[in-house]
Amino acid sequence: MSDSTRRIDSYRWLPRAIAEYYRGMQGKPKEPVPWTPLAKPLNRCMVAAVTTAGIYIKGEQDPFDVEREKREPTWGDPTFREIRRDVAQEEIGACHLHINNEDLLADFNIALPLRRLEELAQLGAIGRVAPRHLSFMGFQLDDTAWRETYAPRAAALLKGDGVDCVILAPA
Amino acid sequence: MPVLARTFEEAGMSTVVVTMMPVWSERIGVPRTLAVGFPFGHAFGHAGDVGEQRAVVEAALRCLEKMERPGSIEELEIEWADFDSWRRRWQPKEPSPIVKMMRGG
Repeated sequence: MSDSTRRIDSYRWLPRAIAEYYRGMQGKPKEPVPWTPLAKPLNRCMVAAVTTAGIYIKGEQDPFDVEREKREPTWGDPTFREIRRDVAQEEIGACHLHINNEDLLADFNIALPLRRLEELAQLGAIGRVAPRHLSFMGFQLDDTAWRETYAPRAAALLKGDGVDCVILAPA
Repeated sequence: MPVLARTFEEAGMSTVVVTMMPVWSERIGVPRTLAVGFPFGHAFGHAGDVGEQRAVVEAALRCLEKMERPGSIEELEIEWADFDSWRRRWQPKEPSPIVKMMRGG
């Protein structure tokens, strides 16, 4: 499927100027695209979720450094926060500067669907829900720090927990 | 997000990216993608809509089970109603720093 044959329009929600900017960007996948086949049936897999909605646990974790982003608009905080499987909605903080955070503060499952994964584990559709899930800040014009430091660190953390598969969603 | 998916996959975990901008998956190369026609910040649906969120997670899990080739992209069938009001509603009340900068303010 290519950009022209797809039903879903990647630019639909964007303000026109940003849509045009993105449309003009070119890219070619770095080959080969990595591939790990599903090692076992889903009902025996441990599943983790990763979001770039910039959520964090209030009182336990620092928010992402949005003050620096305000001073340096092309910079985005490359760090991540660990979100416990049983985190309560009231514990969740949100500080993303590129989206309206109101709905995340009402129901973080729209970005990190931990309660839905718990339900599916109870139904036996997946094996287990991972103990830790990850939240990044999804504004990284320069992804060097992600590539070199934080993505490998996040991978090692999840792998160390025994995670088999990961559902990732950008904000 | 494509960087994270690729790194996790290289580390031996199977991944699926649920995204409103599948064009990035195509340009950068993502192992498995579920494209959703949902506004930013709402990859799994409306706040409080358990059924919709469940359907998106289940569709993502099916991608993990069924996709056989790196770079596969599937589209979620669920439509997002009320485009006109949500076109503004997902956006921050104050423009982001980069948007302010692009506008010269």
